[in-house]
Parts: sequence; C-alpha cells; structure tokens
Amino acid sequence: MSRRYDSRTTIFSPEGRLYQVEYAMEAISNAGAAIGVLAKDGVVLAAEKRVTSKLLATTKSTEKMYKIDDHVACAVAGIMADANILINTARLQAQRYTLAYQEPMPVEQLVQSLCDTKQGYTQFGGLRPFGVSFLFAGYDSNFGFQLYMSDPSGNYGGWKAAAIGANNQAAQSMLKQDYKDDITREEALQLALKVLSKTMDSTTLSAEKLELAEISLSTQGEVKYKVWSADDLNKMLLTFGITQPVEES
Amino acid sequence: METVFGLVGDGFALVVTDTSAVQSIVVQKTDDDKIMVLDSHKLMGCTGEKGDRVQFSEFIQKNIALYHFRNGIPLSTAAAANFTRNELAVALRKNPYQTNMMIAGWDKDVGPSLYYLDYIATLHKLEKGGLGYGAYFILSLMDRYYEKNMSVDKALELVDKCIAEVRARLVVAPPNFVIKIVDKDGARTLAWRKTVEEMSGPPSQ
Repeated sequence: MSRRYDSRTTIFSPEGRLYQVEYAMEAISNAGAAIGVLAKDGVVLAAEKRVTSKLLATTKSTEKMYKIDDHVACAVAGIMADANILINTARLQAQRYTLAYQEPMPVEQLVQSLCDTKQGYTQFGGLRPFGVSFLFAGYDSNFGFQLYMSDPSGNYGGWKAAAIGANNQAAQSMLKQDYKDDITREEALQLALKVLSKTMDSTTLSAEKLELAEISLSTQGEVKYKVWSADDLNKMLLTFGITQPVEES
Repeated sequence: METVFGLVGDGFALVVTDTSAVQSIVVQKTDDDKIMVLDSHKLMGCTGEKGDRVQFSEFIQKNIALYHFRNGIPLSTAAAANFTRNELAVALRKNPYQTNMMIAGWDKDVGPSLYYLDYIATLHKLEKGGLGYGAYFILSLMDRYYEKNMSVDKALELVDKCIAEVRARLVVAPPNFVIKIVDKDGARTLAWRKTVEEMSGPPSQ
C-alpha cells in the first residue's frame, strides 16, 4: 500500500508530493558532480568524471560538458541516456531560434524551453521524469554572462555559483562561503576546482577524473567555448596547489 | 498609386507613406495611416492589398508583443525584420500576402536601422529605400541628396523633395502623406503632408 502514490508521476501523494520527481532528484545526487561558477568575464564549468573501468575506451574528449550553441554550453549530472535526449532538443531549439530571428537565442529562453520539456514529463500520463540536472553557462547581449541550474521537476534559476550531483549540498555551502562578487575567470577556476577536489570521494584529483570548460569573450567580442586538455588541466592543478608534484625517488 | 519609403539619419530613422485608400477608380479616403507602430521602438510602413496589409501587419505586431510578454525582453529590430521575412516566406508558397514594407527601428546597441521587405520575402538592410511606383522617382532623388547622418530637419527637407516629385511626376499621385520617426525616445508620428482634407458632412452652401 505504501507504493500507492509512487507508481505514477502524475499523481500527488496526500502530503502533496510527487514521489517520482523526488526519486529522480535522488538519482542525480548519486551521479558525478558538476560545479558552475559565474565570473565577471566568463563562466566556468567543472565536473567529476567517474572512471567506471580501465578498459573503457572513451571516444569523446568530454562526456559531461556539451556545447549547445556557439554561445551556450552545459554540464550534466544524472542519467546520460536521458541527458542526450534533452541536449538534442536544446540544440534543435537553439538552431530553430537562429533560423527564425537570425540571432543567437537568449540563454534564459533556451533554458526555459528545455525546462518546459522536463516539466511535461512530470505531468503527462505514465512516463517517468528525466533523471538529469543541468548547469548552463552562456552569454547573450541582453544580460551578459549567465549561469543556470535546472532539475528534473523543470525548475530552473540563475545562479552565481551552483553545484549538482553527488555531495551537491556540501559543495553548495562551500561555494556560498567562498564566493565573492565580481571575481575573475582565474579566481572562478580556482574556486570551482577547490570545491570539487574537497567534495569528491577520491583523495587525489587528476585530469582523468575531471573535466573543465569555460565560456568567455575573445578580444574581438566573440563568444568562446574552451575545454581544457588533460595536460593543461594537470598543470593547472599543480599551480593551484590542489595536487602535489610526484616525488622522484 | 501607393508609395512607401524611408531613410536612416543621425540617431533616427524615418518612414513615409501615402495615405490614400483606393478601390478601383475611387479614392475611399485620404487619411489612411499605413505606418504601424510595432512596439515602442519599431515602425512598419506597409503597402499592398488593403486586407492583406492590415491582417499581416497586425499579425506581426501581436507576435512581437507576445515575444515581449513571454521573454521579458523586446525583439531587436534585426530579429523582428528576419521574423517578418520568415513569416512572409512561409506564406509565399501557401497563401501569399500581397504586401510590401519598410521596417524601421531603434536599438540601444545598434542605433537606428531600416529594412526593405517585399511580398516575395526579399529582405535588405538599407540606409535609404522605397517601394511602389513612387519609389522610381524617390530612389534617384535620394541617390542625389541623401547624406550619411543627416539631421531631422535635413531629412525632412529631402522627404519633402521626394513627396513633391511624386506629386509632380506620378500619374494618379496620392495627395496626402504621413511621416513617422523612430529614435531613442521611441516611435511616433512626426508630420503630415496634406493637400486634400478629408470631407466631413455635406459642403456648406
């Protein structure tokens, strides 16, 4: 009897809760973490890559960061199969907007259109909600650099710094403590990596457990999306003092 | 015969149309405003089949308003022009609208801009341009007298030259014209150029 209100996403429990949506959020808090930090001259995304097996050959350079359009990128936490569907629709929406208006889609509208899709699965018959949370980093001419976080219920909000996935509450409170307004991209990188290194389960951080990307403006005023290579990432971890150099004995 | 034209000046754009509503050989009225104010900073001067003209420009105006309500930010002039072009292009292969237009707007980041859009969905960004029979005379006049960054007074002088030429050279020239302006303060009517007043009631004895 206790499962009476679990089996359908579209039915409220007597306490006014939607269990399936809450379970979806629970599923995400077990997935690899992702952190986004908004800086005055860019947005930084950092994510934890869980190495499932040494034998797994990854073909892509990133598996948690996706470029949606020239001016928007996202980091994912949750079920990747679900995420791929949503990323596809997001890319489609962005291109449809450019087709109609010959202008890049404002970031919030893109997030909103995706969250409308997510919301639909919490209301319409017999389907399960998407088990994915997103961090969107983007730039548009109206509001400059922006960072958004969305969850399976279809809720979204603009953030200065946000964390999704495993240990997101610990990460969130660390960000709350250490975030300062008007920080530079460099400081944002350092903050994101520091928080991620402290909230991740593994003791040592290295490039194969990490992904790092940022959105910024080039000197010509074009939006730039950059993903760090493993080498550069290792170097940066060293300079920030997050990992110690290997002692030669 | 219907005429619409426009030009970009120093921080503003002008759109001018005749104001005659014609049915067959009859002039139904001479104060028919053919320039629609799309939103606070956009103008659309339309000519063409009367019903299509009103239907289409209202459709565009309402869609721009809807976009603003939904997203909290207004559509830029460029985006509005491209949206309008797209609507015309889609309609062209189904049930085309017989309507030509000059779209003018002012944006914070780009300043004033002017777009030419005809019924077969040709979109051009221009500094000066016109449509309709009057445009045959107006274009050459503007080639001769248009300058970059004209003041409102100089631009109005040029507009008056254009109107005078249309009245002098065009068969069945429209008597009245309306001039609208869009600049940082918004879109509004600037002036009327009338040679005929609309009759109200029977003539006095």
